[in-house]
Amino acid sequence: MRVPLSWLKDYVDIPVPIPQLAERLTLAGLEVETVTYIGLPGAELPWEPDKIIVGELRAVHPHPNADRLVLAEVEYGGPAPEVVVTGAPSLLARRGQTDLHIKVAFALEGAHLYDGHAPGFQVMKLKATKIRGVPSRAMVCSEKELGFSDEHEDIIYLPDDAPVGVPLAEYLGDAVLEFDIKGPFAHLYSVFGIAREVAALLDLPLRNDPRRVAESHPVSITPDPDFIVLAIADPDLCPRYSAAFIGGVRIGPSPFWMQMRLRLAGMRPISNIVDITNYVMLELGQPLHAFDYHRLRPRPGENRPAIIIRRARPNEQMTTLDGTLRTFDSDMLLITDGGGPVAVAGVMGGLESEITDATTDILLESANFHFLSVRRTSRLLGLTSEAAQRFGRQADPELTVPAALRAALLMAELAGGTVAPSIGDIYPGRQPSRTIELNHADVTRILGVEIPNEDIVRILTALEFTVQPASSAHPPIYRVTVPSHRPDVTRPVDLVEEVGRVWGYDRFPPTLLRDELPPQRPNVRLECAERVRDLLVGCGLDEVITYSLVDIADEGKLYPQGPAPDAARYLRLKNPLSADRAYLRQTLLPSLLRTLRENLRFQERVAIFEIGAVYLPVEGQLLPDEPLRLGIAMTGPREPRSWLPDRQTTPLDFYDLKGVVEALLAGLGLSGAFERGQHPAFHPGRCAQVSANGHILGVIGELHPLVREAFDLPEGPVAALEFDLEVLMDLWGAPRRMTPISLHPPVYEDLAVVVDEETPAVRVRDLVAQTGAPLLRSVVLFDVYRGEQIGPGKKSLAYRLTYQADDRTLTDAEVARVREKIIRRLEREMGATLRGG
Amino acid sequence: MLEQLAQLETDALRHLEEVQTLEDLDRWYHTYLGRKGALTTILRALGNLSPEERPAVGQRANEIKQRLKTACEARTEAVRQAQLARELEAGELDVTLPGRPVGLGHLHITTRTLRQIYAIFTEMGFQVYEARDVETDEMNFGLLNMPPHHPAREMWDTFWITDELLLRTHTSPGQIRVMRERCPEPIRVILPGKCYRYEQITARSEHQFFQVEGLAVGRRITMTDLIGTLTAFARRFYGAERRIRIRSSYFPFTEPSIEADIDCILCNGKGCRVCKYSGWLEIAGAGMVHPVVLANGGYDPDEWSGFAFGLGVERPAMLKYSIDDIRLFYSNDLRFLHQF
Repeated sequence: MRVPLSWLKDYVDIPVPIPQLAERLTLAGLEVETVTYIGLPGAELPWEPDKIIVGELRAVHPHPNADRLVLAEVEYGGPAPEVVVTGAPSLLARRGQTDLHIKVAFALEGAHLYDGHAPGFQVMKLKATKIRGVPSRAMVCSEKELGFSDEHEDIIYLPDDAPVGVPLAEYLGDAVLEFDIKGPFAHLYSVFGIAREVAALLDLPLRNDPRRVAESHPVSITPDPDFIVLAIADPDLCPRYSAAFIGGVRIGPSPFWMQMRLRLAGMRPISNIVDITNYVMLELGQPLHAFDYHRLRPRPGENRPAIIIRRARPNEQMTTLDGTLRTFDSDMLLITDGGGPVAVAGVMGGLESEITDATTDILLESANFHFLSVRRTSRLLGLTSEAAQRFGRQADPELTVPAALRAALLMAELAGGTVAPSIGDIYPGRQPSRTIELNHADVTRILGVEIPNEDIVRILTALEFTVQPASSAHPPIYRVTVPSHRPDVTRPVDLVEEVGRVWGYDRFPPTLLRDELPPQRPNVRLECAERVRDLLVGCGLDEVITYSLVDIADEGKLYPQGPAPDAARYLRLKNPLSADRAYLRQTLLPSLLRTLRENLRFQERVAIFEIGAVYLPVEGQLLPDEPLRLGIAMTGPREPRSWLPDRQTTPLDFYDLKGVVEALLAGLGLSGAFERGQHPAFHPGRCAQVSANGHILGVIGELHPLVREAFDLPEGPVAALEFDLEVLMDLWGAPRRMTPISLHPPVYEDLAVVVDEETPAVRVRDLVAQTGAPLLRSVVLFDVYRGEQIGPGKKSLAYRLTYQADDRTLTDAEVARVREKIIRRLEREMGATLRGG
Repeated sequence: MLEQLAQLETDALRHLEEVQTLEDLDRWYHTYLGRKGALTTILRALGNLSPEERPAVGQRANEIKQRLKTACEARTEAVRQAQLARELEAGELDVTLPGRPVGLGHLHITTRTLRQIYAIFTEMGFQVYEARDVETDEMNFGLLNMPPHHPAREMWDTFWITDELLLRTHTSPGQIRVMRERCPEPIRVILPGKCYRYEQITARSEHQFFQVEGLAVGRRITMTDLIGTLTAFARRFYGAERRIRIRSSYFPFTEPSIEADIDCILCNGKGCRVCKYSGWLEIAGAGMVHPVVLANGGYDPDEWSGFAFGLGVERPAMLKYSIDDIRLFYSNDLRFLHQF
């Protein structure tokens, strides 16, 4: 929405500088996105007041040496008229005319203008020159030269009353405010609507209300005028339809001032009749449509044309003004005549009945359509228009007759037409005006500041609400009647907003919450997730966050031997951005592996984790489960590259990841258990199922070589895991007690046992620990040996044992007894032998 | 005998001068002062002397022993010092060589930013409440005062799963969930989470991003409280010197609705490309909870009031660290993530 300041000033004084006005409007919710200055200081091309002025063309003399040029004699307030050489077509046509009084935009030597003949907008300085032997040091300007438009063929003609010698900037300079109006508010899509806000914000009166046009031109309003038959077949979609008749118009260009305003407001002038409909729409916010009256057909047996507003018949068609053949569905509203569709209601007129140069009689439509219907039609047809934008935001149904009359009178004035003495109007959707009780105490309760009574009344009144006291209570209660242009205001709090925004939020003192503090609760889930993040970062892993929307084929790559995941068991978008972002993920691993691969292009070692939800549909449940998962992937050398000779360059593998898991579980105060696991994505011999406190967390392992290849990862182990974080969160947070630290010296001892290769190390360890308790405090494996000394099919496991008691220093005999017990059980239950014993 | 002793002392002291290591010192000690050393041998031979001679020689020998011991101690200290100096010299490092790399892990920049936001609001009594990503149309729109066909729905480009299910376009559905769970307690929560919008991925827009919603519901909660809370946040997060501007705005689920701006942190309000030459940066959309939304949450709007606000997470981080491309956040290039 673009509003020229000069137009705004028709309705309200603007006694403040433009930037201040823009700021005030912005704070009140009418965001001024840009201010574009035309000719004034601040413009891209300010018109120099002493060099670009209003001139008066007095005569057009032939050029002595050229047929395609003439000499224009221009009065501009200087000591003598200036003669300039020009080739403007309309001046060529006036060759030989004298005693003229035509007002033009006149630029003197040294003026900065846009070059009318260069592409784009390039600034040039006007220099004295000689054209075909005649000196010329000034110029009669085109629109392009002044920066209004790219029109450069002919010159600008100013209105006859333009004051000669006055700087053009003073006469024609302007500022255009461009608004970004948030919210479905049709009342802010008009110059007059903005003026009403300005008046309320600056506490100034409004004037020249275009809606009051009927006061000076009374007309009769009738549902059955003699020029048209009106019928609304679907009043749910068309609350009101008004129509005026203007006969005997002459189609031509609209006057300069109107073209100027349309241009500044962003519309292109077309012809006087069309321009007037657009002008009144911009002015009041009521879209209008002019039909060529003689193109409208009567219904059979009737003597005047008919307008019937009805839903389209299935697959009914019409060509719209933009030349496109449109097909309608049966929920789209059409304007039809006796023969068929003539317009898409509220969106765009039809080509058949459009105004042409031959048009003489006009049927002017000024109607109101249901905003949802217009939005739907506009969206489905992919067709938007200034009219649809306004109807789609709940236009004021009370505007139809004033706008029709306003436009009709302008047509009479500017196109020589005659307005029929009656206006057709059917109004099945008339709504009673709405009244809201507003309690002053509620204004204070919501806003937190005490706004004086008189300010509340003044603000609401300025916005055309009618405010009356509803009782003599104190603080007062008002009975507020909502004006027809504010269908958005339905509750007291809507009025509170009007009061607050106009009074000014910049006057509100910031306060801190003084209300009762709500019950505070522990948040185990968040705290656990954050703790996991910190622990993993402490283990040297980097956190990543990947997309929830994935390519289902990527999840399939985790199952190299098939079968591929069943797409039916996934949540899928109806409108994905692309095929690779169509499904909601059910595992974190593919995105982690992709991230691994991407980063391996830049570094040799990548160790990452993600905490995020997966999305699992559940039978009989509308919403999916969204459990949080933890995923980790790591590959590359164990230590970052460095110059140090003892750097560990062996690749990260299963045991690195297991170390991370052990640290994680220890950090969470949980004890983990690892046993041989199976998962198609992992190397069958290098996969473990992990549980904590007896609850399964998930699997860890090295990727199956086929999976590694499927994700295009380089040779070498890739260790990865995916855990159900929900299980960890459930387990975490149980009360923990510290273990007392014994003051008595520990006894250290090494124990090496030879067992069968198949015996899992953890079984040996558990047996030792269990048997040695409570004096055996720790069992640390420090060597695993296979080789000749112990024979094939065997392995030796060497442990460092720590014995300690809380209440005494252990004797050798006590330790020896425990050790004996351990050895006996190992021999008996595992067939173990003591090595080097 | 006395000459012998004098010669011994001279020899011993001369040898001591030449000793450079602790090992040589040991040997020297053995040679002169040890149980089989020269001096001991002489002392042992004292018995062979006449009783007249014995005291003088004995005294002389003891004097020499004492002097040699003292000299030995001094020499020991000197040799130790010299040896330490040699060791230290030999142990010199090129301190300009790089340190042993520590494989430091990094939190994602989004997590770091979320934690900063949590910390600020936690001090004001707000607690984190997390809601779900997949939502119903009713939660995401309907109960937030946007019944089907409400024009404001077009403010959000939505990913649809079914006619009924969608990916939340904002964290606001969490307002309804927390109200229904906590009613009739007063509420002070922040609701962080992933949101999704049907938007082409560009330097300025992502289809997945984070938001933090704030919600306070109570019997005495006002617009000035909202302004105060946002002001406190803005000054804590962006700097104590920031100016705050409150503008009226429109959201279907708040009434009155506002937006909060800060003076541009890059140009200090003078106008630059980032603030589109306005001097201001929008940091939050907010407002007083709409009566319909309060009622949908179970609270009587005549007795209860509340405020809600929505903050971005990536955008504040982008401003703070001069990040010019939002795609960096979820493409997870470690060269980017390692910078935070």
